[in-house]
Amino acid sequence: MKRRDFIQQTVASSALIGLGGLTLSSFSSTTQKKITILHTNDVHSHIDPFGPDDGRNANKGGVARRASLIENIRKENPNTLLLDAGDIFQGTPYFNYYGGELEFKLMSMLKYDAATIGNHDFDNGIDGLYAQFPHAKFDFISANYDFSNTVLDTHVKPYKTFVKDGIKIGVFGLGIELDGLVIKELYKETVYYNPTEIAQDMSRILKEEEQCDLVICLSHLGYNYRNEAEKPSDLTLARATKNIDLIIGGHTHTFLRKPTIVKNSDEKNVLVNQVGSYGLYLGKIDFYFDSEKNKSAKGTTIIV
Amino acid sequence: MNNNYFISIVTLVLLMSCKQEVHLTRIEGKRIEINDSLSGNQDIENFIKPYRDYVNKGLDSVLAYSIATYTKNDGELNTGLGNFMADAVMEMANPIFKARTGNSIDIVMLNHGGIRSILPKGNVTSRTAYNIMPFENSVVVTGLKGTSVKAMVSYLQKAKRAHPISGLSIKLNSDFKLLETKVGNKPIDDNKTYYVATNDYLYNGGDNMNFLKQGDSLYKLDYKVRNVFIDYFKKVDTLNLSADDRFIKTN
Repeated sequence: MKRRDFIQQTVASSALIGLGGLTLSSFSSTTQKKITILHTNDVHSHIDPFGPDDGRNANKGGVARRASLIENIRKENPNTLLLDAGDIFQGTPYFNYYGGELEFKLMSMLKYDAATIGNHDFDNGIDGLYAQFPHAKFDFISANYDFSNTVLDTHVKPYKTFVKDGIKIGVFGLGIELDGLVIKELYKETVYYNPTEIAQDMSRILKEEEQCDLVICLSHLGYNYRNEAEKPSDLTLARATKNIDLIIGGHTHTFLRKPTIVKNSDEKNVLVNQVGSYGLYLGKIDFYFDSEKNKSAKGTTIIV
Repeated sequence: MNNNYFISIVTLVLLMSCKQEVHLTRIEGKRIEINDSLSGNQDIENFIKPYRDYVNKGLDSVLAYSIATYTKNDGELNTGLGNFMADAVMEMANPIFKARTGNSIDIVMLNHGGIRSILPKGNVTSRTAYNIMPFENSVVVTGLKGTSVKAMVSYLQKAKRAHPISGLSIKLNSDFKLLETKVGNKPIDDNKTYYVATNDYLYNGGDNMNFLKQGDSLYKLDYKVRNVFIDYFKKVDTLNLSADDRFIKTN
């Protein structure tokens, strides 16, 4: 199959993919804009770096180092968004002692723009999560959790839009099915909706109604479930939807060396990325836009 | 709300400025490792410090010594780390259960996914217990009929994972078919009630261990699994862990 060849090519090495005829000559008389998307997932309260004896994670991670890195990237390109794909809570005594207060305060200091909600963010109950909301200066987004009958009602939005250098970016959130993963007493009356259908709606709203130039899905569904083909994941979502440019994932602690390129239902490319867990890596996706009148001979080059 | 206001402003600006056509021409993606080549932001460091000092004070007193580094992937169907966890629950929770009910715990079952870190060589502290078991779950005991225990065995047989168990032994052949199952060195009796200790996460449906709900009784010991490990560390001097034959597959 062609698609398989394409993926193998991508996996083989740094792949350069041109679609619809890339024209190098099109550089002339255009202004180029660059949007940088930075992302983390499943940081699980890992605030301090791992120590020298911590096996394969030794000397990696740490919020203060992440802050320096992000600061440098923002200096280079102020048109940057910083996103987190959930499971901020649970994993070190900082969470057990402070209930997530420090995690949210630090993410606010790092100027996170938005986060979605992971299953472990319910670990102190939906009330425990809500109690920490005042410490977060960023928004929580989730399109497939209905919080109407919970304390989070009106405090979580399905999506958020940003305008950076005239480029409009729409980001919507998706969460995993909580039944069987989180005790009902913790998530209470939170209602889960099928993320695929919600994503189809969201991408249409963001592309057509909100006229976004870039549509990003912030997902805590998990990268892929090999033995459960029916279970919604970032890969199944990418294939079943259109108008999404990037899916930032979490939950499965998948350490992707580089983003996966998937064909969507319109045979267009979607990037799926996830950076494992514990703040060991920062994902960085740069989107380059040309503002130009001649639209005909345009394609998108993907370098991963 | 703030955001609605923001959106309406944006919409206005877009309507007024007659949006310029833009085309996505290039995407570059990579990941950046956060390691010690990066210097930490000092403001962030200073902000964390008082929180860290307070937490550390409570966590860093030495409780035991581990002679090696153990991980949950050290064996196929049972590991030294998992066996320690299940055995510690058996050893520390059983006296409490016995004092309350007069019965003894027959089986302990935890989950492989719940082992959240390695157990490194060297000094073992409360922090070690927090790393392995960061969750707040507590020990619960339920009385299961032998038929439900057989459902547990079947779950383990299908899972092919080193879920921590104690009190139960399972032998499979190379095709994962069941050769022998014993509880306390005896075959499982369908009608007998076995007392199974687990944590409240698994009892309430975590990891789809539905057989745990088939019991007719539930005893909440109000004993956090993490505190089981901390108390166990206080009790022993040295941790020398190993896999054994409690759950094995013949070749």
